[in-house]
Amino acid sequence: MTGTWHLFRLALRRDRVVLPLWTILLGLFPGLVASSFASLYPDPAELAKFAASMSNPSLTAVYGPVWSPTLGGLTAWRSSIVLLIVCLLAAFTVIRHTRAEEEQGRRELLGATVVGRAAGLASALLVLLVAAVVVGGLTAVGTAAAGADGGGSLALGLQYFLACLLFGAIAAVLAQVAQSARTARWIAGAVLIGSFLLRMLGDAGGDLDSPLSWISPIGFLQRIRPFADERWWLAAVVLVVVAVLAAVAYRLNVRRDLDAGLIAPRPGPARAPRALLSPLGLAWRLQRSTLFGWLVGYAVLGVFLGSATDAAVDAVRDSPELADAIARIGTGTSIADMVIATGMAIIGIGAAGQGVQAALRARGEESALRAEPLLAAAVGRLRWASSHLLFAFLGPALGLLVAGVFLGVGYGSASGEGAGAIGRVVGAAAVQVPAVWFTVAIVVLLFGLVPRLTSLGWAVLAFFLLLGQLGAILQLSQWALDLSPFTHLPALPGGDLTVTPLVWLVAIAAALTAAGLAGFRRRDVASGG
Amino acid sequence: MENVISVKGLVKSFGRTRALDGLDLEVRRGEVHGFLGPNGAGKSTAIRVLLGLLKADSGTATLFGGDPWRDAVSLHRRLAYVPGDVTLWPNLTGGEVVDLLGRLRGGLDTKRRDELIERFELDPRKKGRTYSKGNRQKVALVAALASDAELLVLDEPTSGLDPLMESVFQSCVNEESSAGRTVLLSSHILAEAEALCDRVSIIRAGRTVESGTLAELRHLTRTSIHAELAGAPNGIASLAGVHDVVVDGDRVRFQVDNAELDTVLRALTTIGVRGLTSQPPTLEELFLRHYQKEEAAAA
Repeated sequence: MTGTWHLFRLALRRDRVVLPLWTILLGLFPGLVASSFASLYPDPAELAKFAASMSNPSLTAVYGPVWSPTLGGLTAWRSSIVLLIVCLLAAFTVIRHTRAEEEQGRRELLGATVVGRAAGLASALLVLLVAAVVVGGLTAVGTAAAGADGGGSLALGLQYFLACLLFGAIAAVLAQVAQSARTARWIAGAVLIGSFLLRMLGDAGGDLDSPLSWISPIGFLQRIRPFADERWWLAAVVLVVVAVLAAVAYRLNVRRDLDAGLIAPRPGPARAPRALLSPLGLAWRLQRSTLFGWLVGYAVLGVFLGSATDAAVDAVRDSPELADAIARIGTGTSIADMVIATGMAIIGIGAAGQGVQAALRARGEESALRAEPLLAAAVGRLRWASSHLLFAFLGPALGLLVAGVFLGVGYGSASGEGAGAIGRVVGAAAVQVPAVWFTVAIVVLLFGLVPRLTSLGWAVLAFFLLLGQLGAILQLSQWALDLSPFTHLPALPGGDLTVTPLVWLVAIAAALTAAGLAGFRRRDVASGG
Repeated sequence: MENVISVKGLVKSFGRTRALDGLDLEVRRGEVHGFLGPNGAGKSTAIRVLLGLLKADSGTATLFGGDPWRDAVSLHRRLAYVPGDVTLWPNLTGGEVVDLLGRLRGGLDTKRRDELIERFELDPRKKGRTYSKGNRQKVALVAALASDAELLVLDEPTSGLDPLMESVFQSCVNEESSAGRTVLLSSHILAEAEALCDRVSIIRAGRTVESGTLAELRHLTRTSIHAELAGAPNGIASLAGVHDVVVDGDRVRFQVDNAELDTVLRALTTIGVRGLTSQPPTLEELFLRHYQKEEAAAA
């Protein structure tokens, strides 16, 4: 591990903008949520009443259980979306400093100097540790400063710290197994979604110690129960798991060759099939596995959410107090519609993520200089760009359709509502499409006009997610909430279908896309260096 | 003769760096034109402007008489391009990339493709991510050479190739040239340009400093002379146009400006010549002289 310290400093320098940005912003979030709650409900009794109304199955399925009806307990509960983002970014950070570096050939350059074989991995884990300390520390200090219980705040900070380490360590193993950074990121995302689904299904039934929740890494971390009889010993378990994962990553790392994964590449065809021989054919080839991955994800999520909805309905039926609490929220919608609408809002953000990812692929191809040979052949710029953008616009629409159908079938068959449910749920999925297109169109605009900043598309998406999930809690004014296209969507199923905002969103998305493409036709193509 | 490429006063800046600073370039139909310059001289930038990938800030560039920016797609049907930095799609095989690029530029001679794959000893079944730099280069070369394009634009096409493959490449370019195709060959390997090119343009810091046939360029410069004389080579060193004289008994070695060759040879025969070898300047010497001169001027 000679040279770890040098590589660590190099990694911090390379990550000097992104790393501080996400660790500090996300670390500050729980504290902000806590101070919002403190000013919204200064009276502990009011806070407890609010907590009781929030302890319904739909919200428990999405955020997890409210462990304690206190300021800290509600903060921990409502910030659980932030916890998911922390997990994802921790995983991406480790992959960025391990497999991505290796794939770019930079590891080779350094590997020839006085740097040990495991130094790259070790330095990435050190970066992870720094990120975990910052996120965990800010979370603990922030919530305690907002007036939450000190011990509980420490446990919440510990939860964030461990979440970082755990998903970072999982990513460290994936970076050794997968031969490309993209694949590693993709599997890490799938692990996160999988553990979210397990926890959702476990918690939706109302049993707070469901085995499904316990085997989910997210569910496990939440069972540290900050602010409610903290189970400190769970932290030790997580630390052991992290140590084991790090050791596995280390073993794989020192044994394998540079650039190798666990799966040896097989030879492929010597001739191209006819279907490949066009820009669209190539884009299909490059994007299809990602698209299939998303579609499978939507189908699984749909089925899970469908069953969770049914479980939630049952739980309300069995518990008059819950039914009472829901009646008091008084939106007039059924519990099933509430769960589905909440779930759809999250699937909508996921679909926007799919769109952003597919649109960024165009920029990725360009900066890897792989667009150049195509554009130097008889392929116009619009034809090339639209071959990828097709996946960015139609992919999420197809995905939402799949999610809607599977959710509808899952819920319809479990509840006995049958085919009628499918139409309602697909409708709820369809209204997400304009907001998804709007998000994708922003990426296209960046791609055309300020290509260096195209990957800010992810930041835009994260911003929309946080506005949607935490905007109301943070008491942001309406104009701020209105910045997110998702704010303008009608709450379906159950709410009224208002078409005007949807038409506006589509029109603006079309205008932004046109402007982005016009910009791309006029600008220089990336020439490396 | 008609120009396939005609560039005048081309300027292109990236931020504060001026990559092209008034470049001129003329490539005639049917010739192999060497586009020479050290790394960073602006060769690739000029080629990218000609391909319509970059938009020039000022100056004019025409390709087959058309505008490379506006008419990119139709012009690209008539040319094949090998980039200096070949990156392949990690999960496409070399054979698939050859077919794809061939198809996208309008067609590919499959017989020639197979023949080239064999000559370059390329395994077309391997995935892009597993090729070495030399093999990636071969994929791009096969794709370009198997096309029936009128113009080949080759940006440092032999970087990463071993000497055997380099000679395969040279015979391929000679075949293309005798088939009447035009080749623009950017290179910093002078021996390659010397072996292949009819005319060359030497560029430095984004500006053309010399252009012409090798013979013309040589005319402007010096010939190396080794002579074995009947007596001591007295007085040779003081003749105009004679440089770097080394005397070893009756033998003498020096360089002479081509304009003074006649006078110097007469002086040698006056002493009496037993043996004589003369060597035209290599491109290498042309190149080094040019740069040394520029550096001296800069200093």
